[in-house]
Amino acid sequence: MSHATEVLSALPQHCKLCDCEAAAEPIAICERCLGPLEPTYPADRRYPGRDEIASRQQTIWRYREWLPFEGEPVLSLDTGFTPLVEAPRLAEKLGVARAWIKNDAVSHPTLSFKDRVVASALNAAHAFGLDTVGCASTGNLANAVAAQAARAGMKSWIFIPEDLEEGKILGTAIYGPNLVRVRGHYDDVNRLCAQLADRFGWGIVNVNLRGYYGEGSKTMAFEIAEQLGWRLPTAVVAPMAGGSLVTKLHKGFGEFIREGLVSGTAPRIYGAQASGCAPIVRLVERGEGPLVPEIPNTIARSIAIGNPADGPFASKVIRSTGGWAASVSDEALVDGIRLLAESTGIFTETAGGVTVAAALALAWAGAFKADDEVVLCITGNGLKTTDAIRNALPASPIVNAKVREVVALVEAVH
Amino acid sequence: MSSTLFLPAILAKFADGNAIASDASTVGDVVADVAARYPRLAERLRGADGQPYPYVTFYLNDEDIRFQGGFAATVRDGDELTVVPAIAGG
Repeated sequence: MSHATEVLSALPQHCKLCDCEAAAEPIAICERCLGPLEPTYPADRRYPGRDEIASRQQTIWRYREWLPFEGEPVLSLDTGFTPLVEAPRLAEKLGVARAWIKNDAVSHPTLSFKDRVVASALNAAHAFGLDTVGCASTGNLANAVAAQAARAGMKSWIFIPEDLEEGKILGTAIYGPNLVRVRGHYDDVNRLCAQLADRFGWGIVNVNLRGYYGEGSKTMAFEIAEQLGWRLPTAVVAPMAGGSLVTKLHKGFGEFIREGLVSGTAPRIYGAQASGCAPIVRLVERGEGPLVPEIPNTIARSIAIGNPADGPFASKVIRSTGGWAASVSDEALVDGIRLLAESTGIFTETAGGVTVAAALALAWAGAFKADDEVVLCITGNGLKTTDAIRNALPASPIVNAKVREVVALVEAVH
Repeated sequence: MSSTLFLPAILAKFADGNAIASDASTVGDVVADVAARYPRLAERLRGADGQPYPYVTFYLNDEDIRFQGGFAATVRDGDELTVVPAIAGG
């Protein structure tokens, strides 16, 4: 890695499909085949060992050699290293030896795993000298871009479907971005942003900075491995929206195996979607052919992407690791939110409910073995999607401030 | 009858600009017409099987053509076709 005083620069890129080389630029598409670009890491890069990593601050940047830059990062330096929480009662329900929650519901600064990818993307924007960033978002990304751009002193343009949850709209607007609500689904917003990136020259984190943005997701895998004591779980369950997270988890685990930081084999990767928008699950089940886009119809809006860009890659990774995918109803995802809260003390948003419910569905289908060690990736916070559970919870009794009224309540419970 | 095919910047450099008029009557025929006029665009707009690449989405008046019959979708006078590389989102 570069000397500490070296100015930040972004790595060049190559096409994931045709391997064609591409420059370090705010461009995410191969000029030859229109495939996705990803960063090219120098063959002679020196990677740190366990002790060196452990001596660094507890942020995503302790793994900076695996992130797409030369020099020192300058923005969002304190994101990452969320808790890995053991969940014995969930393990019992899943019929596995041990289970953990990778709890990005408490990510800094905006309570979702999108803080990781935005931290990487904003450093790329800085390296390219861009003063305006943006995104197409289902909510969590909007929060993360708005907050991190505000802190960095960058202008931001953020585009969301008009019907997003109020918590996610307010949780974006508070940072003072240019926030635009677009009539239509996320896929309409995404298409619009792809066209806007061309027109205005902004750094749209999940469009023209996507190659740099996506690499931030690998840090979730690195943290899981380190927090387990430099070893790997046997299985990982993660929600799927665009499909990028599951591919980057797999890539991250593979990079740690390659450097000898962990022993064992890459975990089986399991993907979770809501039944009302499950194009990747259906592709995994079919096993071949093109991804068939869908019009989303689910309360799990944060993962409601009907035309997921990384869907084919996600399907391939899932099947190649011996994993599988499952979709669950909106009712089941609400039950999943409640189960995680009541069994583990973690309040997740709808996407987390999908992950828990899908893990249960996979367990019932025989996906897990009794000696499995499973990590569930919880990527967002329940306080952002309270509408989803409002009608599912019992009404709380209201009493006068009198002991006898509480005694009556307690006696009724016991 | 004429429709317009709009290209992203990364493809526009292989044509005379980012907007190309065509008189063809289906999306597939518009693509074939444009590919014939601009050979360097041909392999970038569609695969060897004549169909769109998995990572390239065509929109007919802002609607994904996969919901309208794909390349067989009918194009009418004044319609706008837009090519958008699908490498985005998430």
